[in-house]
Amino acid sequence: MNKNKEQLLNKRYKAEKRFRLYGQSAIFMALLFLTIFIFKIFSTGYSAFQKTWLIVPVTFDAELMMLEQNPSKEDLKDADYYDIALKSMADLDPNANEDQENELKRMVSYFFEREIKRELLNDPSLIGKTKDVYLTASDDLDQVFKGNYPRDLPEDQRRVTDYQLKIFDQLVELGKVESKFNLSFFTYPDSREAELAGIASSFMGSIFSILVCLMIAFPVAVLAAIYLEEFAPKNRFTDFIEVNINNLAAVPSIVFGLLGLGILLAVFQLPRSTPLVGGITLSLMTLPTIIIACRASLKAVPPSIREAALAMGASKMQTTMHHTVPLSMPGTLSGTIIGLAQALGETAPLILIGMVAFVNTIPGSPLDPAASLPVQIYIWAESAERGFVEKVSACIMVLLGFLIIMNLFAQIIRHKFEKKWS
Amino acid sequence: MNLILFTFIVLLGFTSYYFGRRKAYTIQSTNKRLTALPQFYGYYLAIWCAIPAFIIFSLWAIFEPTIVKLLILSDYSNQGYLDDELNLIYEKTKALSRGQFTGEITPFIEASAEKYLSLRSIAQSSKAVILLSIIIASVAYAYKKISSNSRTREPVEKFLKAVLFTASLAAILTTVGIVFSLIFQTIDFFKVIPLFDFVFGTHWYPAKAFVRDSSEALDPTMYSDTFGAVPIFAGTFFIAFIAMCVAIPIGLMSGIYLAEYASVKVRQYAKPLIEILAGIPTVVYGFFAALTVGPFLKEIGNSMGLDVSAESALAAGGVMGIMIIPFISSLSDDVITSVPQSLRDGSYAMGATKSETIKKVIFPAALPGIVGSILLGVSRAIGETMIVVMASGLAANLTLNPLESTSTITAQIVVILIGDQAFGDPKTQAAFALGMSLFLVTLCLNIVALRVVKKYREKYE
Repeated sequence: MNKNKEQLLNKRYKAEKRFRLYGQSAIFMALLFLTIFIFKIFSTGYSAFQKTWLIVPVTFDAELMMLEQNPSKEDLKDADYYDIALKSMADLDPNANEDQENELKRMVSYFFEREIKRELLNDPSLIGKTKDVYLTASDDLDQVFKGNYPRDLPEDQRRVTDYQLKIFDQLVELGKVESKFNLSFFTYPDSREAELAGIASSFMGSIFSILVCLMIAFPVAVLAAIYLEEFAPKNRFTDFIEVNINNLAAVPSIVFGLLGLGILLAVFQLPRSTPLVGGITLSLMTLPTIIIACRASLKAVPPSIREAALAMGASKMQTTMHHTVPLSMPGTLSGTIIGLAQALGETAPLILIGMVAFVNTIPGSPLDPAASLPVQIYIWAESAERGFVEKVSACIMVLLGFLIIMNLFAQIIRHKFEKKWS
Repeated sequence: MNLILFTFIVLLGFTSYYFGRRKAYTIQSTNKRLTALPQFYGYYLAIWCAIPAFIIFSLWAIFEPTIVKLLILSDYSNQGYLDDELNLIYEKTKALSRGQFTGEITPFIEASAEKYLSLRSIAQSSKAVILLSIIIASVAYAYKKISSNSRTREPVEKFLKAVLFTASLAAILTTVGIVFSLIFQTIDFFKVIPLFDFVFGTHWYPAKAFVRDSSEALDPTMYSDTFGAVPIFAGTFFIAFIAMCVAIPIGLMSGIYLAEYASVKVRQYAKPLIEILAGIPTVVYGFFAALTVGPFLKEIGNSMGLDVSAESALAAGGVMGIMIIPFISSLSDDVITSVPQSLRDGSYAMGATKSETIKKVIFPAALPGIVGSILLGVSRAIGETMIVVMASGLAANLTLNPLESTSTITAQIVVILIGDQAFGDPKTQAAFALGMSLFLVTLCLNIVALRVVKKYREKYE
């Protein structure tokens, strides 16, 4: 009997331990996913912040550039750079035949002409002289240099030919290949060529969308929250509004995209693919989030504040506007930032209103067609070229960086400025 | 033009505020008592400036385009044009006047464009004149009206309250907007495709409907067997099911552990770390699923001799499950912590171990809240878009094999609506019909879940 009891107790303790272990392993699993996830993104993405350059000697031959004696600045701008650019690439291998010259040309980006032009415009005295110029390597060579591209594949399965690899290795040996910080990733708009693609256009698109979203969602949400929390009578209509808000907070984001498409684009005829429409759509999505946050922080202001103000003869409106609302602002602001961070990461509704269009200019206003950072991630992730994989990860790193900054900011506001009532 | 006008009106508003306050001070200096603080006199005048401005601006925005269009097209009446042709003429006129017209410019259109421009400038200048004169008149009237015994605080506060109330209608307007944007396209869709075929059909090939030449008349027989949504619905619930298989055990157990076992320190770090998972944008999860999880599963499957598609339902569902973990864990954590301590104490006093208390006492007590959190998780899984678009297939297979690719409602909406769409095309309308069903399903789930959670909260408060 006694032994039986002990056995039972042991069994129960074992069950207790097991249960605890389940809980620990669940937490462990969740954190493991997070770690793998972050590790994967960083390990594929960090190399995109470096860019490979080929250092090629360029002879600025006035004759080939169709330049006359003592050219003016305008002449230099209009000069023909294609021939000298082509020639300097062909000169990398004096014995190259025509096909091989073509392959040599494809070792650099199609911007090479422009890069050579920039060099001459910076220093017009170079005419007739030879200078080493940095040219952006093609994305395939860039990947080869970073070690992301398998070199041992058979040649017909590779996008880099054996000949290109041979010349490239020669250049590497001569120290004519350099890896430098990839500034163009931040300053160039999107491009079909991976080596030239940057996030400037989608970044501006995101900024404009978020600004539009903030300018619409914040005032409307705060006013609505003030009404619902401070003035609304308890009746069916108020309940209905409340049910609406709670439901909207859980409606799938893609439905808001359909709203943008069916109402903003089809009925109001707003311009397609623009951050204006994107921002309005996102603002409808963030509205419930901000309303809920603002109401919670209004509710957290103790009634004694209101009673004191009323007792001093302030009207209900004065009490609210002079005391309750300012005291609730830290909570509201941090809720707003968190809502905006959600909006910043939203993709599906923006795809539906056409912000996936290929945009290779940097938008200057919310009325110019643009993509946004998450949509850019989607566009690049769908591209087959290997060079885009690291770009996607790098773009994700930028996006996550922004989200982290925004969330930290929200935390700081909440902890620094929120009054604790006890 | 509008911007200048707007700035001017804002300036006018400030001036009237200033005048209102000054008048209050003059009244005060004659030793009469004011009925409200001086700034209310200012606000009062500013409102008298803002309301007429708002009314006139909206009237103009509504009627100006219609009237201009009528005037332009009156030149073309009695010439036997059809309505569509008239609309086209008007669009051409507008494009030409903006300098964006490409194509042959006929003298008719050119004349219309000139007329359009002149009408627009007349409209704009008359708008400015009417606006300014009415505002000045109304402010002047209000300025004369306010005196020592007129009330200004009450109207100002009433106005503010009305503004607050209008803002709170935004939520209702959004819901109405969603329903409106979906319902018309959906009704049009069901005029072509019978509801029965949509709900019970098992073949979904919307691409077939797009081969149609635009000049052909609508032929319903063409669409039979094209828009059967069963594979889509099945795929949606299947992927959501896989996601919940990952999310419920992990989310629930971590919620329980955080609420009952974890020390303050562990809780302090683990909880926000897990919640990071909820803050990661879904497109990032999609990329992760497509780039890492899909190929990884494929490799494992191949090594075991299974045929795994690189875009499998398992990859999409599994990653979606990871995304939902934090929703379930933090909601169930909240629910469990709000179970009264007395229940725990009672159970411990009877000699139960911690896990027995959790399983036999706390879990049943918290069950409604947990069910609510799971339902919210399901609704999120059903509405999730980017993970499925990027990691699962886009072809609608009717399958229950998690290693094959399937498609979901959301993914199909994106596939259909990406790029240019023609409203009035059954394919586009199908996307809206899918959106409608998605909205209805998630709405029901949300309402039930929110009810359950609310009921539960009331029980222990």
